[in-house]
Formats: sequence, C-alpha cells, structure tokens
Amino acid sequence: MSSMEGALLFALIAVPFFGALVMVFFPADKHSLIHWYTRAIAFVGLVLAVYLFVTYDTDGDLGKYTVDFAWLPTLGIRYTLGLSGITTPLVLLNAIIFMAGVLVSWNVTHRPKDFFIWLTLLVSGVYGVFLATDLFFLFFFYELAVVPMYLLIGVWGSSTDFTKMEPAEGPGFGGGGKFDRPKEYGAMKLMLYLVAGSVLVWIAIVAVWAEARSATGEASFAIASLAAVEYSREFQVIFYPFFMIGFGVLAGLWPFHTWSPDGHVAAPTAVSMLHAGVLMKLGAFGILAVGMVVLPEGAEAWAPVLIGLGTVNVLYGAVSALGQRDLKYVIGYSSVSHMGYVLMGLGTLEVIGLNGAVFQMFSHGIMTGLFFAMVGIIYERTHLRDITVLEGLGKRMGVVGAFLAAAGLTSLGLPGFSSFVAELLVFIGTFRTYPLLGVLAVIGAAITAVYILRLMAKVFFGPISDRWADLEDAKPLEAAVGAALVAVLLLWGLYPFRIVEIIDSGVKPLLEGMGIA
Amino acid sequence: MTPDVRFELLWPEFLVAGLAFLVFTLDFFVRPARKEVLAWVSAAGLAVIIAFTVPFLLNEHDSLFDGLYRVDSYALFFKVLSMGIGIAVILGSLHFVDRRLTHPGEYYAIIIVSVLAMMMMAASGELLTAYLSLELLSFCLYILSGFALQDRRSNEASVKYVLLGAFSSGLLLYGIVLLYGALGTTHFAGMAAALEGTGGVDGRLLVGLALVVAGLGFKLAAVPFHMWAPDVYQGAPMPITAYIAVGSKAAAFALALRLFYEALAPAYDEWQLLIAGMAALTMIFGNVVAIVQTNVKRMLAYSSVGQVGFLLMGIAALSPLASNALMVHLVGYSVTNFAVFFAITAFYNATGKDDIPDFAGLAGRAPFLAAAITVGLFSLAGLPFLAGFVTKFYLFSAAAAEGLLWLAGVAMVASLISLYYYLQLIRQMYIERAPEDEGGSVTVATPGVLAAVIGAMALGTVLLGVYPEPVLATIREATAALLDTGSAWPTLGSAGQ
Repeated sequence: MSSMEGALLFALIAVPFFGALVMVFFPADKHSLIHWYTRAIAFVGLVLAVYLFVTYDTDGDLGKYTVDFAWLPTLGIRYTLGLSGITTPLVLLNAIIFMAGVLVSWNVTHRPKDFFIWLTLLVSGVYGVFLATDLFFLFFFYELAVVPMYLLIGVWGSSTDFTKMEPAEGPGFGGGGKFDRPKEYGAMKLMLYLVAGSVLVWIAIVAVWAEARSATGEASFAIASLAAVEYSREFQVIFYPFFMIGFGVLAGLWPFHTWSPDGHVAAPTAVSMLHAGVLMKLGAFGILAVGMVVLPEGAEAWAPVLIGLGTVNVLYGAVSALGQRDLKYVIGYSSVSHMGYVLMGLGTLEVIGLNGAVFQMFSHGIMTGLFFAMVGIIYERTHLRDITVLEGLGKRMGVVGAFLAAAGLTSLGLPGFSSFVAELLVFIGTFRTYPLLGVLAVIGAAITAVYILRLMAKVFFGPISDRWADLEDAKPLEAAVGAALVAVLLLWGLYPFRIVEIIDSGVKPLLEGMGIA
Repeated sequence: MTPDVRFELLWPEFLVAGLAFLVFTLDFFVRPARKEVLAWVSAAGLAVIIAFTVPFLLNEHDSLFDGLYRVDSYALFFKVLSMGIGIAVILGSLHFVDRRLTHPGEYYAIIIVSVLAMMMMAASGELLTAYLSLELLSFCLYILSGFALQDRRSNEASVKYVLLGAFSSGLLLYGIVLLYGALGTTHFAGMAAALEGTGGVDGRLLVGLALVVAGLGFKLAAVPFHMWAPDVYQGAPMPITAYIAVGSKAAAFALALRLFYEALAPAYDEWQLLIAGMAALTMIFGNVVAIVQTNVKRMLAYSSVGQVGFLLMGIAALSPLASNALMVHLVGYSVTNFAVFFAITAFYNATGKDDIPDFAGLAGRAPFLAAAITVGLFSLAGLPFLAGFVTKFYLFSAAAAEGLLWLAGVAMVASLISLYYYLQLIRQMYIERAPEDEGGSVTVATPGVLAAVIGAMALGTVLLGVYPEPVLATIREATAALLDTGSAWPTLGSAGQ
C-alpha cells in the first residue's frame, strides 16, 4: 500500500468486512444503533467508490491502485488488489445498491443484527471480487459473497403461496393454478446452484494454476501472470467452459438460470436488490476478467455458444416474465432476460459489444435495484405480490408507481435512461458479429415492453378496490432512495460519455491482452 | 543394537507414559466428588510436556535402534498435535464424564496412553513398530468407546469396533508378512532400497501392498472398509467420538504418510491408482450417504468418512506440496471437528438428544453453540474465511499439480454434496423454530470450560482460514524431514516446496 489509492481499495473491502465482525459484539436489541451503524458502513463505501470513480484517470497509471501482501508463498498466493476501467463502475454500482438496500431495510425488525452482519459480509465479498487481482482471493471473495445468501433468504425471506387464494376475475397474468414455493426451497436451490457453479470455477482455477506451474516452474495465482502463460489450444478449449458455465451460473446463463427467479423472489428486499443488482454481475465479470483474460483462445472458440445462450436468455427470460403471476417473479425473469444482453455483449468479443456489456451490468444493476425496492414497498404494505389481485394501486401509491414506471421504462430501453445506451452498444456489437442474433435481441426488447406495460397497466392503473383504501405511499426515506436511483439512471442515460470512456479504457487493454483488438 | 542409542531423546514418550501412571495412581487417592482434579492434572501434564518437548527436540534429527524409531521434525509435529488433541479431548470431556460416565481416573489415563500411541505412530520407521503402536492406540479406543457401561449402544459399538479392528489387524499383519517376504526387510528405508533394486514388481508384493492398504483403510474408515464407523461413532461416548474422528485419523495418516513416502515411494505407479480410487470412492460414498442421516453423530460419521477421502488425496499425489497440504488439512480438520463435536456434546449434555430435528431453533436457545457449529460445518464444507477453504484449496491444488485433476474435481463435487447436508443442520438451528412442548424454549447452558474449548477451536478454525502461514511454516519443516530420510522421490524436483 504505497499510495493513497491503494489504501482506499484496502478500506473498501476492510470497512464492511471488519465492520461486520465488530457488529457481532453489538447488543442485539439496540435496533436503531444497528441500523445507523450499517448505514455508516455503507456510506463510507459509497464515498470511497464515488471518489475513485470521479478521480479515475483513464490515461493514467494503474500502478497507483495497488495493494500487495504475501499471504501463502508456497502456492504463490498474494493478497493483491487493483482497479481498472471495468471494475470502477462496478464498485460504484455495489456501493450505490448497498446504500439503497440498507436504507430501504429500515423495516427489518426480526433479528436485525444478524441480518446486517450477513448482508455486510456479502457486500465486502462483492467488493473483493471486483478488486482482487489474485485468483485465489477472487475465488475467496466470490464464495464469501455467495454463502450468506442461504441464511439471508432462509431466515428473512418470504414464501410464495398461491394455493389458498383464488385469482380475481378477468384476464390476468398466468391465470389460476396452484403454486407453492417456500422460502427454504428458494434458499437451498440458490445455494446449491451457485456453489455448484463455483465448483466448476474452482476446477478451472486449479487446472490453470497447475498447468502454469508446470510450464513456468513457478507457482502463482496472480491473474496477470496466469494470463501471460501460453496454454495449448486444446487445454483452453477444454477449460474455458468451466469458467464460462461456472461463472455463468451466477450470471443467470440459460439453462442454469432457474435458481435466480426462485431465489430473488424468496429473498428479502435488500437481498434481492443486491443479488439481482450486483451479484449476478459477479458472474458476468468473472467470465470477462478471468475466463477471457486467462484463456483467450478458449474464449474465442466458445464465443458463438456464449452469445447464442445469451440470446436464449433474452428471449426465454422475457417470455417467461410474460406468464408470471407474482410481481417479484416478473422482475426475476426480467433479470434473466437482461443478463442475456450482458452475456451477448461478452460473446461479441469486440470493443463496442464489451463496452455495452459492462455498461449494461451497471445500468441493469441500478434498474433492478429500483424495481425490487419498489416491489418490496408494495409487498410490505399489502402483503401481496399477486398481480391478479393487486389493482389500481396508482391511486394510493403514486410515488411508488412513478418510480416503478421509471424502472420499467429503463427496462424496455427508452432513450434517456441508461439502459438504452447500454443495450444499443450491445446491439451494435452483435449486429457487427452475428446480425441474426441482433435481430432476435431486439425482438426480446419488444417483448420486454409488453410485459412491463401490461404489469404497469394492471397493477397501477384501472379501478382500485376498497381493500386498498388506506394504503400508504412511499415514506420520505423510500422516496429519496427511489429518486436517487432514478437520478443515476437518467444521469448516465443523458450523459453516458464519461462512464463509457472509463469502461472503454478498461476494455481496450483487455482485448489487446487477448490479442484481438 | 548400536551402543550409542540416545535414550534421552525419548524423554517426551517416557513423560507421557509416566503421566498416565500418575493419573492411574492418583485415582486411588482422590475422593469421588473431586475426580475433576484428575482431568486438570492430565491436561496440565500434557501441556507441560508440550512446553518441554518443543524446545528439547526442536533441531534433533536422529534415528534410534537402527532406524526403528525416528526423532525428527515430522515426528515432533505430530507429537505436539497428538498432545494438543489429547488436551482438547480431556477438557472437552470434563462435564460429560461428570454426568454420564463412571471411573473417570481410568478414562483420562487411557486417553493419555492413547496419546502416547499416537506419538509413536508418527515416529515409527519400521513396519512392526508401526503395527505395535497402531494396536496400542486401537486397544485404548476399544476400551474408550465402550466406556459408557450402562449404555447398550456404547457396548455394541465397542464390540463391533473390536471385532472389525481385530480383523483389520489381521489383514495388516498378513500384508506386512508378505512385504517382508518380498523385500526382506521391514525398515522403511530398506524397503525403498529393495523396491528400487527389484525393478519389476511381483505378485507377493502386490498382494502385500493391497493388504496393508486394506488394513490401514480399516483404521482410517476409508470406503469400502468404513462399515464400523457409523455405529461406533453413534454408540461411543460423545467426546470419544470426537477423539476417534480426529485423533485416530491424524495418527493413522501420520503413519501412512511416512510409510508411503519413505518406504513405498519407488512403487508409486503400482499403488497410486489404488489409493486415488479409494479416495474418490470414499469421498463420494461418505458424503452421499451422509445426506439421509437423521442422527447428528451418524451424519458426522459419514461426513468424516468423506473427509478421509480428501486426506487420501494427499497420499495419492505424493509430493512435498501434497504432504504439506495433507498435514495442514489434518490440522484444520482437527480444530474444525472439535468445534463441531464439542458444541454438540454441550447440547447433548444439556438435553440428552442428538437427532438433527432436535436442533431446531438452537440459534435462539444457544446462540454461541449454534454459531460454533455453523462455523465448523461451513469450514468442513470448505467455505471462506475458515480453515476448510484454505486447506482444501491447498490440497486440491497439490493434487492437480501432480496430474490428479480428475480426483480434485471429484473432491470438489463431494464438497458440494457435503454442503447440502451441513445446511440441513444449519437450517434446523437458524430457520426452524424450537418446538413448543417439553421445554423446547429452555436455553441451553454451556459450562465455562467446555465453552472455552469450543470457543478456542472455533477461533482456531477462523485463524487458520485467515492466516495459515505460521502453521504452514512448521509443516514445511516437517515435510523436509520426511524428504531427508526418505528415499527416491518419484516426483522429485517439483517446484514449490
């Protein structure tokens, strides 16, 4: 840690990590103290992330963003951190969503201490994945980000149960049918899928390490030195899919996505926000920053598969979202669909597409965070997420409706919101490489418009039933969170140049390292 | 026998034996109500012996009685580990013995004798010495597992253990005989030299090897020689279950590691696949069968069978890196398992129950125990920042470095399976609610000493996971000693030692 920037990176992970450990010693019944303490941790992270983002010098020397400690020399493991044009926006995304998630969690009164400890640990893991430049620690933090999910969902989550209630009359979403998904199911499914994915990643990491060690005679887990080794084409083609599918599970890659709607629906609001908003990006980030960087030839060989599966994601997710009856399932499947754009962008393996993919990670993160925050408010007030029953809420919940509409419009790619730019970049990249898939992706965006607008029409407009007469709109705190997230979406929608410039400064060297650009 | 045997190097062994007799004798003079004193004498005695042994043997490197008995940093490492395990078991047993067992004097003294046996196993440089120390350990464990005289399960466990243990001893001895017939010596170094000389491998040798592997497999509870483990684990008194799971395994691996490295390394190609296959079978079978268990001790029994599979990888890979990995995994496995077992012991002490559904709502009734069990189980499953993550990562990397990537892959999948059933217990503790009836809401109190042991083990699990380098530095020296006395290394020259 020779520089101040290095110290900041170190603090970004250390503050939530040790903050969570310190929280263990707090008295469990001091709810207000615990809430404020977590908010302070989130705020520190936000300040650091904003500072790093604003001062990020796209032409500058990345060497100042370095932390380096020897940790386990026998295996060549060092605790090293770094920052790049790709990770800078993602770190900011994590900071924003964590802050927003903590603020909308003001209503967590069931064992808030345990809740915030796990949530904060999870966040430190996410920071760690983005910042680690040593594969061991990247994996370490990756697992750290996954583990707390089980308890967060299992203890504080909610179950979907349509077995008792009959749907209202009229054309609805999905119609009748008995559907019952306890939260334990969602938690266990999510956990097993994600850990299974990380097993694949682990195999690939160990294989690459052993291969590099026998080639160079030196043990190292540093991503840069692993990437510098020339692996045989055969080796790359065999092991790249381990990275692609292993990380892909977390990114919601079809057909390994099914944990995602179930998990996100069962999770409490802040966890849904973080998970759909940030954690799924870890998967895409892993494919990009580990898989493609370390095994470039493998990435090229498998790019058509990745982009093809990404297209399936877009269409399959959108069509599935059309048929959902639970408000959160709609958002859950929409996440699967939108992650498809990210995966398509990665699959293009060219500058514009990759820029689009990274920008879409950021943009979708903010958008889906906003979605889940607002749906969380509706659920908290009505104790319902059943679209067939919720009607005409706009009359009582105008503010929530407005924010939900903003998120929805971002989701369908309305110009002015950041997703428009991000998806446009992905489309351009795809048209330049696989034109046919580009057409399909645009069709996916059209389907998005259908399910989003139908949802808005059903839930917010139309006659309101008497049972919602006393419904309370967003509290000032919740409205402020919503407004801040919408502001971010608008800011990068109307002025995308700076963030794209930063992303571009990270993507170009990456592609050059792969020998492509 | 050479005249200049340095008997003084055996002081630690003499002291431990002396301590055992001291405790036996003291037992006559301590009033029944104050038997706790014996535990304190035993634990303090072992602690003092550790404090004496480490500086005393630190740089000693000798081979006593013509190589029968080794004094080196490898043996020292396991001596300290064995005594540490002994202290933990004695202190962890305190309240259990108080409530549920008779004859505490014998109980503690026999544990000390078994510690002596474990120390000798790691130091043996010859097959018969190894066999004798292994039997000494086994006899102690036969007695200890039947120590709950009133409990028929405990008696049954002991009988099963004795019968199958005797059978496995027979296999092992017959294997030793065949190896002696083929190689003309039972000294490890001599065996290695003879193996290199023979060039080809004949049938006698192969059968002998297979029988030795089978015999050790029984002691380690490796599949397909694991059948005794679940019944013994379930029936034995709880702290002894922990002791069998941790202590006997650590010692048996100490012995196996030295045997394979120093004696059998030249025949690497003949047995590598055998051990690797046994490892794969063991980890898959143990972890899959653990899923359907409803008793927590049986679940942990199968889980520890699975763990043996991981440890066997370290032998199958046979490299300095793998040896480091095996030892560090053993250390991590020991502290982790102790944390889990003693936390469960504390629960059992208070409630007398040990089925998985009995743990429902434990997080509310005993947050400390629930947290310790969770830390331990997450570590066993290999999640970060706990010991299991680092040690598994090390072990699997070491295996992959020697071309056993497929085995590492199987191990990772087995880890995933284990996470599933560990989560079942964690789910009971944190997500399910405590039963309303029969005092389900009563808090579970943990006595101070036991809480301290559990806390120390959980802390050790975390520390090893966060910063393993100090432990690894010691382990590297131990491996170096193994190399020094060892003969040909098939994979000599691997970088990274």
